[in-house]
Amino acid sequence: MTQTRNLIDEQGIRTDGRRADELREIKITVGVVKNADGSAFIEFGRNKIVTAVYGPREVHPKHMALPDRCVLRCRYHMTPFSTDTRKNPAPSRREVEISKVMRESLEPALILEDYPRAAIDVFVEVLQADGGSRCAGITAASLALADAGINMRDIVAACAAGKVDDKIVLDINDTEDKEGGADMPVAYMPHLEQVTLLQLDGILTQGQFNECIDMAINGCKKVYEIQRQTLMHKYFGSETELKEE
Amino acid sequence: MSSSRRSTIIVEHLRKQQMWEAISKGKRLDGRNLDEIRPIEAEVNVIRKANGSSKVNLGNSEVVAGVKVETGRPFEGLENKGALILSAEILPTASPYIEPGPPDEETIELARVVDRGIRESEMIDLDKLVLVPGEIVYTIFVDCSIINADGNLFDATSYAVVSALISSKIPIFKVQDGKVIDSGDVQEPPLTTIPISITAARVGDTVILDPTAEEEACMDARITITTNSNSDFTAVQKGSTGAFTLEQLKKTAEAARIKGIEVRSKIKELTNIGK
Repeated sequence: MTQTRNLIDEQGIRTDGRRADELREIKITVGVVKNADGSAFIEFGRNKIVTAVYGPREVHPKHMALPDRCVLRCRYHMTPFSTDTRKNPAPSRREVEISKVMRESLEPALILEDYPRAAIDVFVEVLQADGGSRCAGITAASLALADAGINMRDIVAACAAGKVDDKIVLDINDTEDKEGGADMPVAYMPHLEQVTLLQLDGILTQGQFNECIDMAINGCKKVYEIQRQTLMHKYFGSETELKEE
Repeated sequence: MSSSRRSTIIVEHLRKQQMWEAISKGKRLDGRNLDEIRPIEAEVNVIRKANGSSKVNLGNSEVVAGVKVETGRPFEGLENKGALILSAEILPTASPYIEPGPPDEETIELARVVDRGIRESEMIDLDKLVLVPGEIVYTIFVDCSIINADGNLFDATSYAVVSALISSKIPIFKVQDGKVIDSGDVQEPPLTTIPISITAARVGDTVILDPTAEEEACMDARITITTNSNSDFTAVQKGSTGAFTLEQLKKTAEAARIKGIEVRSKIKELTNIGK
């Protein structure tokens, strides 16, 4: 994590033209995989990720079933062509870990007690990776779950913040991740006000730590607005806001 | 595929009730305060065949870590840095619920979180472990064996790795006529800082530090926070299926800084740093 060049210019503009607290462009489409019970495709900057949800359905193998709630299973996988150098298609240790934290970040939002003895499978396939793919994956997966009609307490929105040139910035991209100082992915449930994913690598002082987590949560709230608009558009056919009850 | 089925111990409902009651009163079943860490014992150089080693006990959790130094090719993209490779294995001796076999996702997470704490803090100055830039570098393997599991393996393993690295002596290799030769001498490892991880668990609305296996079986969410010698944060990992509020996270981060200082001086004392 040694810095080789400036990633933020004098005007505070980053390598991809964004300001410090600006998200990359996010575009989400739901219902893209016809066979799935729920699905979503997200373009998060240059990330392209397709997610599909199957379930609630019968559990195989049967002994995995839980008597009082649903089993949530999650697979995060990168396609061999998604990265600069070809990625071996076999699941790496990194993918195993991300599958786990992703599942744990989605589970608090789901009412799994409603589907005892069943399973819900979430598949996240990264077609093109550009830094922050786990956050984009969580954001899309939670919409795919909503699209599948699973009972949920809240939507999970995810976004990273990090340190670049000793400044805290929102939603770091691939270059900033590789050359910058720190990366903190956060997933957040905006209505329940709870953090369901928090990771950090890189060095942050106490002040930077607090600034970083606050900024990431604000980013999650912006991501949530986009998720909400996407669902509205899909199910009510227009961008018009429905009145909150 | 990652699944929400649990492989941890089963705690009887009555015992769970007792635990919740005790925790709501600010006490724990083993008599500790909420923010109290179990006694740490560390013994170094327990394995003569290794270049550095330690046996660490955190309460009843017991981990043996060994350092082996070899030479090899650098990692792609990190041509001018030595390589650090960390592994962890929960041995079948550790608990009746562990079976031999390839590592499951919990073990992979354990190794990766401990690795992140050591690597991101830049504990070892890997720039100093290069023999022929881009060609031959020192490769430091740190392998951890969990002998007994009684909760908070993240911290127990992390302390074992730190102790083993502090106590290690790195062989001095030389390159002659394109061949790597062991000179027979050893050097101190290029250490820059001592990273200390602190793991907390949320049980209901209360956050406790250093959970036992029993407490982990009843917890709602877990978080591991690593700080370096300057008390800056170097790695964080939230785990388990629950969530934290922002306030709980900030409070826990502060606790990790304060407890980190305590544990760091304890480990320095136990490993006899500056001997």
